[in-house]
Amino acid sequence: MLEVDALTTDYGAVRALDRVSLRVEPGSVTAVLGANGAGKTTLLRTISGLVRPSAGTVSFDGADITKRRVEDIVRRGLAHVPEGRGVIAELTVEENLRLGGLFRGSEAAAPEEIYELFPALVERRGQPASRLSGGERQMLSIGRALVARPRVLLLDEPSLGLAPRLVAQIMAMVRNLADTLGLAVLLVEQNARSALSVANRGIVLNLGRVVADQAPEQLQADERLRHAYLGF
Amino acid sequence: MTKFIDLTLNGVSTGAVYAAVALALCLIWRATRIVNFAQGAMLMITTYIASAVINSTGSYVVGFVVAAAAGLLMGVLVERVLIRPVENAPPLNAVIVTLGLYTLMVAVAGMIWGATPRSFPSAFSIRGYDIGGTRILFAPNDTFIVLVVVAIALGLAALFRFTSLGLQMRAAAFKPEVAQLLGVRVPRMFTLGWGLAAVAGAIAGVLVAPSVFLGPNNFDPILISGFVAAVLGGLDSPPGAVIGGVVLGLALSYVSGYEGSALAPLAALAILVLVLMIRPGGLFSVTSERRV
Amino acid sequence: MSTVASPQATAPPGSPGAPRRVGARRLIRESTLLRSLGLVVALAVVLGLISGGLSPYRNLQLAYGGYFFATLAGLTVLIGLSGQVSLGHGALMAVGAYGTALLIGNEGWALVPALVVSAAATAVVGIPVGAAASRLRGPYLAGATLALAVGLPALGDQFPGTFGGENGLLINPPTPPSFLGASFSLERWQAWIVLAGALIVLFLLYNVVHSGVGRTWRAVRDDEIAASLCGVHVGRMKTLAFVISAGCAGLGGGLLVVATLSIAPSEFSLTLSLSLLTGVVLGGLGMLSGAIWGAALLVLLPNWTSDLANSLSLSGNVSDNLPFAVYGLILIVAMLVWPSGIQGGLRALARRAWRLTAGMRGGRNRTPQRGGNA
Repeated sequence: MLEVDALTTDYGAVRALDRVSLRVEPGSVTAVLGANGAGKTTLLRTISGLVRPSAGTVSFDGADITKRRVEDIVRRGLAHVPEGRGVIAELTVEENLRLGGLFRGSEAAAPEEIYELFPALVERRGQPASRLSGGERQMLSIGRALVARPRVLLLDEPSLGLAPRLVAQIMAMVRNLADTLGLAVLLVEQNARSALSVANRGIVLNLGRVVADQAPEQLQADERLRHAYLGF
Repeated sequence: MTKFIDLTLNGVSTGAVYAAVALALCLIWRATRIVNFAQGAMLMITTYIASAVINSTGSYVVGFVVAAAAGLLMGVLVERVLIRPVENAPPLNAVIVTLGLYTLMVAVAGMIWGATPRSFPSAFSIRGYDIGGTRILFAPNDTFIVLVVVAIALGLAALFRFTSLGLQMRAAAFKPEVAQLLGVRVPRMFTLGWGLAAVAGAIAGVLVAPSVFLGPNNFDPILISGFVAAVLGGLDSPPGAVIGGVVLGLALSYVSGYEGSALAPLAALAILVLVLMIRPGGLFSVTSERRV
Repeated sequence: MSTVASPQATAPPGSPGAPRRVGARRLIRESTLLRSLGLVVALAVVLGLISGGLSPYRNLQLAYGGYFFATLAGLTVLIGLSGQVSLGHGALMAVGAYGTALLIGNEGWALVPALVVSAAATAVVGIPVGAAASRLRGPYLAGATLALAVGLPALGDQFPGTFGGENGLLINPPTPPSFLGASFSLERWQAWIVLAGALIVLFLLYNVVHSGVGRTWRAVRDDEIAASLCGVHVGRMKTLAFVISAGCAGLGGGLLVVATLSIAPSEFSLTLSLSLLTGVVLGGLGMLSGAIWGAALLVLLPNWTSDLANSLSLSGNVSDNLPFAVYGLILIVAMLVWPSGIQGGLRALARRAWRLTAGMRGGRNRTPQRGGNA
């Protein structure tokens, strides 16, 4: 379970996050929406420790991880799939997956389990990841995150650059993961409509501040909000 | 004809040393995107240390091992103390820091041991093999040099391909932030990279010292050649470093043999410029886009 | 030497119909040419007076500082403004020095033409080198110029006849003109010649740096791709910077001959290039005033260290190497702790003092302040 309290992050004189608070329960998907520059990526980067916040706290299963190093946060069971997928192109598919499980020892999932989930990766297992298409890379990066059997999953714009049919597949899979594995998923998306279709809760950020924190149906019903921040 | 064979064999032996230095530079470049201009000075100091140990214990093996260990320690310390602060700074800063380290180390070596070059023992005989009555310019010691460098290259290759530590080091080198997100302790991997590189360099120093003699500036041409070899093969490619080393060793051997040894440094420069003009990333480079 | 863009005195900006009144203060502020001229004349007078009161030994030191300044000024512009690091400037100084020595000694040329021609020749050498360098990035450029610095002395060994081999070349000292009086020492005359050359370099570089060329260099240094997208011919600009700095180094080398009257190949080794680098880094990259600090360092430090070594009765090995140990430390410490060098530090202090006194000058300080930081 992930809890964020009054989180504030500054890049020099620019305030990227302003007292953001939210909560993600196990087995649920929380969508974080908003325009470019709203602070969505900064939120994920602050939670996983890549960026230090100026104020506020982040707790993971009750423990305060705000000031901890990235490597330590991640080894506790939090996985962050970054913007642009972060697939290491020079390594093979199999090596990418192995990398995901290095620090979980016996708890880690075997690559075979991931191949079951993503059959398209099997035939490419020995190839460098540079040869994968956009959709396959997305599957690889999510699969790699899953190898560590995380309890919290941060996803940064998984739909970026993917065809609509793939986007629907990815979203359905995210929902499935939350339901079957009990993951607490924080899903950052610009494609608000598809994100809301699988989310339990929707949070809208604007200029670093939370402007809405509601159930998807309520967000979708609020036309003014939709037009102003979500683009549909 | 014998001269050509002699020069070829000699080129392979010197090329092996260049390959070791090139490997060291390549390791450091892959990990931290820095060219360690102090590599030659570092291996000069470890070779002086080896010389002192050999003189006091009488054992070449102990000196060899101590040199490698001293190299490891030196590489780790240099990265941790001097390089860490400039890893994320503009490239110019790291260039200046490593050049400053070079200047400092050469000066300190001069202060401690003086400028007069001294001799360094070789592990095995340097008298060329006798093949059917002719003595060729390749000796048991040269065989030793080549075998050691091959062992280093294979050892590193095995480390990177088959061990999880090697996988972590590669991930940290290619995409440090992503590696961090996967739990890799990236700064530690960088330090380890510098340490291993320094070990390779230290061994190269001990191997080449018998022929270039031990003096504060005697290893400068070795660094230049190692750099040219690394660029030749592509700073990103360890196999390229090895091949580049051998190719350069052969080229310089022929130039020295047929034109005179004074021209060797200029030949190295000419090769460097040629490669950089034609294929700035090295012969084995893969053109990658630069994110704007 | 390549052409230098000299800006005209700009007309004051004003709305149409506003009276065009060019006051003296505004003229000085806006005309780089006048400013630099004034600066150089003032410095010439000051230096001339100072040199009058100095002993021959100190005058010679002033001369050494002068030729270092000429080279360092060009180098700091190259590294600091155009972003290209060169370890080959020791070799370029050698070109200028040998050119001057050969023209005066072997061909019997007069001093000034010899200096001008060898500086120009060095600049010409800088064209292919600069063109090659412009295509190289950071460490590759450093490595290539390093290879040049290590390899070039070998050339001198290949042609011992022309270059005088290990012993080098000597030239006859320039005689001071009779109108200066019989008591005008040779050293003082040497200092005057060298400082004149240094001031000419300062004048030219000041104008180039503050012109469109200087701004374009900074743009290229900061982001080559963005600059080229703005229509800047990046390769040409980088080569131009190299050529100009090569000319300065060539003149520096020629002035070195005037100051020391003898040159040998061993003076122009890699060590010289590293010393030059230390000078510009310590002084502050990209700042002409920083080159003054660098020149002072290169002239004074070796004396201080040898005095220190003597007073502590340290061995010859130590005293020989001490200056370079210090240079190495300076390079390392400067990059880790104080990257902007002495001049940069002074400028930061001045800026802070300016802001603090802004209130006293009645709020004419128009620098936009960011949220709360002074």
